[in-house]
Amino acid sequence: MPLSSKHLLGLQGVPAEDIQLILDTATTFREVLDRPIKKVPTLQGKTIVNLFFENSTRTRISFELAQKRLSADTVNFTTSSSSTKKGETFKDTVRNIEAMKIDMIIVRHESAGVPQYLTQISEANIINAGDGRHEHPTQALLDMYSIKEKTGDLKGLKVCIVGDIAHSRVALSNIYGLISMGAKVSLCGPSTMMPMGIENLGVKIYHNIEKAIHENDVLNVLRIQLERKAGTTIPSVREYHNYFGITSERIERFNRDILILHPGPINRGVELSSEVADGPYQIILDQVTNGVAIRMAVLYLLGTRP
Amino acid sequence: MDILLKSMNLLDPGSKVNEVADLHIKNGVIHKIGDIDSSEFDEENIFEFSGKYCVPGLFDMHVHLREPGREDKETVVTGCNSSAAGGFTGIACMPNTTPAIDSAEVVNLILQKAKDHLVDVYPVGAVSLERKGEALAPIAELVEAGAVAFSDDGVAVKTSAILRNAMEYAGMYNAPIIEHCEDPSLDDGAMNESFVSTQLGLPGIPTVAEDIIVARDILMAEYTGQRIHIAHISSKNSINLVREAKAKGIKVTAEITPHHFTLTDDSVKTYDTNYKMNPPLRSNEDVKAGIEGLKDGTIDCIASDHAPHKVEEKEREFIYAPNGITGLETQLGITLNELVHKGILSIEDVVYKLSVNPRKILNIPVPGIKVGENANLTIIDDKEIWTVDLSKTKSKSKNSPFDKRLLTGKAIAVINNKQMFCDNEFKQI
Repeated sequence: MPLSSKHLLGLQGVPAEDIQLILDTATTFREVLDRPIKKVPTLQGKTIVNLFFENSTRTRISFELAQKRLSADTVNFTTSSSSTKKGETFKDTVRNIEAMKIDMIIVRHESAGVPQYLTQISEANIINAGDGRHEHPTQALLDMYSIKEKTGDLKGLKVCIVGDIAHSRVALSNIYGLISMGAKVSLCGPSTMMPMGIENLGVKIYHNIEKAIHENDVLNVLRIQLERKAGTTIPSVREYHNYFGITSERIERFNRDILILHPGPINRGVELSSEVADGPYQIILDQVTNGVAIRMAVLYLLGTRP
Repeated sequence: MDILLKSMNLLDPGSKVNEVADLHIKNGVIHKIGDIDSSEFDEENIFEFSGKYCVPGLFDMHVHLREPGREDKETVVTGCNSSAAGGFTGIACMPNTTPAIDSAEVVNLILQKAKDHLVDVYPVGAVSLERKGEALAPIAELVEAGAVAFSDDGVAVKTSAILRNAMEYAGMYNAPIIEHCEDPSLDDGAMNESFVSTQLGLPGIPTVAEDIIVARDILMAEYTGQRIHIAHISSKNSINLVREAKAKGIKVTAEITPHHFTLTDDSVKTYDTNYKMNPPLRSNEDVKAGIEGLKDGTIDCIASDHAPHKVEEKEREFIYAPNGITGLETQLGITLNELVHKGILSIEDVVYKLSVNPRKILNIPVPGIKVGENANLTIIDDKEIWTVDLSKTKSKSKNSPFDKRLLTGKAIAVINNKQMFCDNEFKQI
């Protein structure tokens, strides 16, 4: 059964069967990653462009590795080497790349809506690698995969997303994906980091991290963007850590069975203490490994879709 | 030249005219009203307008002509052509040009370019030099050159001190301050802040950013006893503030755009940048409040905020696309379609909102339909069904979300300055 859409723009409205198919397919590819020869010929002859208008190291490398392991031909386009700075319009840039006969575009952009816009000007399969504060579907998929790997099932699981929800692209994708897979999703963070009306998505909101730790099975902890002007959304990083930071003491006191995820890069001593970041409750590096498998699954399913 | 307009519904609230009659226009002046024998007129000078409304020429008090500075988007002449095509015989143009309308020279340039046109152009001067909100523009000199109001449109007047002085200074000439109400510390967004912006992942502009400046300006108008006009009002709370201020006798007036009483932020869901404007499209509740405000007179007039942009500027990433849409040619059609045909306003109300009130706010004489007056008229067919076709617009730009929209009612002719625009062409009369 193929995926129901030609593109992966986000997880909003994506049927549970599609998510299940991606997760199942990733299991197969995850096994490939443990082989001595980590390469399959599945996407031989397919050309994929990684169109990154915004800095990203891990997501781009993860996609690139996934493409190489599927034997696709890949090219990277990043803003530093782009012509957008020379005055070429975004549309012309895309049309030029399109004219080089490519099959798939992986796009990361600081403006929400760019992946959707690409579907209007390109014939290629579009995969969203993060648009503004909108969605980052492959991150949510790899998070779900990693949780499932540890817990066996997502259904009925209580997952709390912690941090700056308003400026996050990871939060929305996780909310949509987890809810459609039957998990109970909640959010925890200061009220200034909660976007308007988010509770309408059916998520509970905590402003007390200890309560969130106590009442959930999984915490998916977002990065606090230190580059944001200090004192505008939170008084200080120190205050954030004191009131919302996840520490060993808090975990040991409130929930020793908790599972901690973090999409990276981590700010040690801010959202997670170093002990937690390296400790027994987290699966941060598993997420990174699983990210390659998830991206292989998405590329494979879209690239071979009839 | 003598022309005869046959059997129209004459509607002029100012002169209390409301009758079916013919109109004889001689050398641009209304010569005779009544039952007129057509045999004395050349065939080509007789216009059969049976069942059409003849009203005082429509006026749009919020237009961006882009000249000087961005003649690639619009010029005074193309903007005037678009106005005529939309049924307008007069417009006020906003000062956010390059350079801004902050010197007599720029006013003169615009008036010079508009000199021979059917459409009358009334420049709005900048409140502050370069619209920076730091030093007052030469308001007296601008009034003398022909500016009819003052605004830093695009942004709110930066400080309360400059606003106060501008109000008092412009008050000497009875010129209103037209305010773009938006608190700059809350304006870091690309659409209305709402559950929709949350779902779309776009940064939001909250309605309170507008309300704060509306409240400030009303308080300042009360304190100084001067006039304030709220441009493109979009939030329910702002409309309530204006309603309360009017009840207290404070000299505040307000306009609303057709898109703000027609569309909601739901439209942004396609990420189509033709739905990006400032103020942004708001919630359904705000739209309803706008309609209520039009109905009870809280909102005095309808204005397009015609804001032309090049295709290549609009066809880009949502957060980077410029704000604004064109509106001169769709404004009347949307007003008739959405307000008159839905029973919210009468045709007579529309004449107030689109002709009488904007001129009164700007102290411009309202043309009358009576013998001896210069013919300044718009002929409206409120029943014609038509489809908006941007490929045929007179504007240099095509950034409108209303393309292909089916509307009932439009202007079929305008007359002013001894010229007539009818059947897509200008002619001397």
